[in-house]
Amino acid sequence: MKKFIIKRLLISVVLLFFVSLIIYTIMRLMPTSYVESQAMALATRPGSKSYQEWVDQLNAQYGLDTGIITGYFKWASKAIRLDFGDSWYFNQPVIRKFSNVIWYSFALGLASFIIEVIIAIPAGILAARKQYSLADYAITVIALIGISLPSFFFATILKYVFSIELGWVDLYGIVSRMHETYSQGGKVLDIIKHMILPTITLVVVSIGSLMRYTRANMLEVLSSDYIRTARAKGLPENRVVNHHAFRNTLIPIVTLLGGSLPGLFGGAMITETLFQIPGIGYTFYQCVTQGDIPFVMFYMVFMAVLILLGNLIADITYALVDPRVRVN
Amino acid sequence: MMENNNTQNEEMHLDDAARVKVLSPGMMVFKRFIRNKLAIAGIVIIAFMFFFSFVGGLLIPYSQSQVFYTTEEILKDYAGATKIDQYQIQTKDGVKLPSDIYSKTLIASSTGKFVFTSRDGLLLGLGNVGENTYLIFSLEETKKLLRKNAAYDAAVAAGENFFTEGDVTYLFQESSEPEPDVYIATEMGVAAMKSFTSYEQGGNFSYEFYRGSLVAIANGEKSFEEDGVTYTVDGDVISKDGSEYALVSDVNFNPAVSGVYLSPAYKDAALTAVEEGKKSFTFPDADGTEVEYIIENKNGQYTFRKYQVTRVIDSYAYPSKEHWVGTDANGMDLLARLMYGGRISLLIGFVVIFIEVFIGMIIGGVAGFFGGWVDNILMRVVDVVYCIPTMPLYLILGSIMDYYQAEPTVRIYMLCIIMAVIGWVGIARIVRGQILSLRELEFMVAAEATGISTYRRIFKHLIPNVVPQLIVFASMGLGDVILAEATLSFLGLGIKYPAASWGSIINAVNDSYVMSRYLFVWLPAGLFILLTVLAFNFIGDGLRDAFDPKMKR
Repeated sequence: MKKFIIKRLLISVVLLFFVSLIIYTIMRLMPTSYVESQAMALATRPGSKSYQEWVDQLNAQYGLDTGIITGYFKWASKAIRLDFGDSWYFNQPVIRKFSNVIWYSFALGLASFIIEVIIAIPAGILAARKQYSLADYAITVIALIGISLPSFFFATILKYVFSIELGWVDLYGIVSRMHETYSQGGKVLDIIKHMILPTITLVVVSIGSLMRYTRANMLEVLSSDYIRTARAKGLPENRVVNHHAFRNTLIPIVTLLGGSLPGLFGGAMITETLFQIPGIGYTFYQCVTQGDIPFVMFYMVFMAVLILLGNLIADITYALVDPRVRVN
Repeated sequence: MMENNNTQNEEMHLDDAARVKVLSPGMMVFKRFIRNKLAIAGIVIIAFMFFFSFVGGLLIPYSQSQVFYTTEEILKDYAGATKIDQYQIQTKDGVKLPSDIYSKTLIASSTGKFVFTSRDGLLLGLGNVGENTYLIFSLEETKKLLRKNAAYDAAVAAGENFFTEGDVTYLFQESSEPEPDVYIATEMGVAAMKSFTSYEQGGNFSYEFYRGSLVAIANGEKSFEEDGVTYTVDGDVISKDGSEYALVSDVNFNPAVSGVYLSPAYKDAALTAVEEGKKSFTFPDADGTEVEYIIENKNGQYTFRKYQVTRVIDSYAYPSKEHWVGTDANGMDLLARLMYGGRISLLIGFVVIFIEVFIGMIIGGVAGFFGGWVDNILMRVVDVVYCIPTMPLYLILGSIMDYYQAEPTVRIYMLCIIMAVIGWVGIARIVRGQILSLRELEFMVAAEATGISTYRRIFKHLIPNVVPQLIVFASMGLGDVILAEATLSFLGLGIKYPAASWGSIINAVNDSYVMSRYLFVWLPAGLFILLTVLAFNFIGDGLRDAFDPKMKR
């Protein structure tokens, strides 16, 4: 087991090296308009150096004057020590900005993840138990609609109904205008209230795949031999489903859920941007549109790490929950 | 397989080929597929979308970037009126008065010192004819005794400060001395706070007319004669030969747009309305239709406004006969844009999936078939590409294209290539997995044993067995690609104006006002995306069930 994990970790590090190299190469193609406008502003100061000198100095400062390979190793040697430089747009260290915004994303992701699991797994099992029933069709169609819904469209509908027509919640933001005047508990409630619509959006657009996955797995388990055996020896149907089938369905589901845990930190870019939740996704969107290379670079690598971590956790949980894998 | 239970035919034998109706595997898949209601619904929706986008785009008379205009009634300034608080000075033909005459006249009239010197040293005087009406004289000092002068006495009695004796006009001014100062006066012009409007468009008046009518009005005379013509004065209107000739008012009228002739009748109507304190009045225009003018008063300045027909871009027009779905912010027909946007969305979906399948099949096939180090290297490449966060990468590439100001068509091609280059890894994994398991099966061992070439083994025996999986994956992937493209276009980094895409149409909701007021702009596009993606998912689901009946128990 230990050997397996170490081997996977080493592979992940190698993969991360190549992924970050590709990302760095693409980032170097990004417009450096920030540097140019900065140099322009600095050059207009009285008694300042010329524009070209400022451009050169800033490029050197940000490590943009070297070739891509050298630049990458310069960046990587700092990144290993968790020094990702300063965000140009927010004018503070990338790591500090990150630690300020990540918890909004995590709260949003966790809330929708929990709701998703609570709804999707029972629904998927129900659909599988009563295959071809009305409930099965309804759940399948709902799941497919959820998968097919563009998140921005669904979020817009939610905003239209609940913010504009009913006026229950604000259109944008994480706090209301009067936030500072509330008591401690009121502040928390205020933030929760602003999280409702984004959470619903995330749940609806992502619940479908888990539902279908649960249903497909449950169907497979229910058609296996040991379930037939269990039924043949006269066990009540409830016990067959809840005891024998459900446990075996859990194996792939827990693997999937374990693998999606790191994703909770990834932020939901579209949803956060639409509701202007100051999470990592919205911050990234702002940085991309402003050409903030250090932050964008950091986010991309962070996302790649999350994906790698997700795969790793999925593999490990698979080995943990299914003893058969461990033997092999 | 279906039993043929038609027993009316002649007796059958066990080895009779017609006894059992054998369906080809493809036929069986097809039969299972068309029994799936959701899949059929999906097929119908997709067929409709294709018809709507490709045929509809040909039928609709508008293009996707045709801007429509509308005429709108906008309240615009028509004329302005100001009460005259400056002396309007008319000069005799050939006479030029110094430039400071206006201010000097104003000072002289308010102080009562009617004799003054202009800036360039000209001695001037005002002869008061009546209230705020003065004749302007150039003066020459003279000594003249005024005692026992009948003309002088008459002038004093009339409250005037000048008189005519013989051919000479004298102007006098009270001074500290017992005797008033006397000047010989030569008439230069006339000053009054009145404006004259001709009843004829472009009509001009002679100095004599001005002078005569002003004097007559000031003296309250009913008529006067100038140049042998008799004019009659009736209130503000001066008539010549029984017909209206000029309108006199103490209000200055100016049209808001140059070149507009304001008739005296219009001015009269406007003045009456202002005096009566009305908010608006009507006046017939050139065609005789009554037009309403709205009066606005700002510190004694009156503005007359009326609704004027103006040509504007027909933005956010509600659905109507001309525009079935309305128009967008740029005044473009939304139905046409939905159709052309559908073309792009569907086209991008199919092109991307085609490229993805092409790359994925080759790389996955090679990796699965050869195994060993080839497999190892290719799968690591797949892992690397798989780790790249797709949506953020699309955003970055979109903003790079923004920076280089790529053409809208170039953007579409680039988008296809980028999405395909990132998206093929899923297909490669599926193909590899399938081929790895198929390779071990008996029929492949048999194929190898017969000694047919590698090429034939891959393309004749392996690939056809992977195709069902590929078709399922591709039809579901189509939905994902369309969603991704819509999301990118929604964020403004995908398809750009003037090219249309369903995502970029919804982009209008970034303006909360549009979102709340103009539902017809964003709702249809969103529903179209949802329906299309849903339909592809239905089809994919139906295909999977049809290909793999095990899942159906």
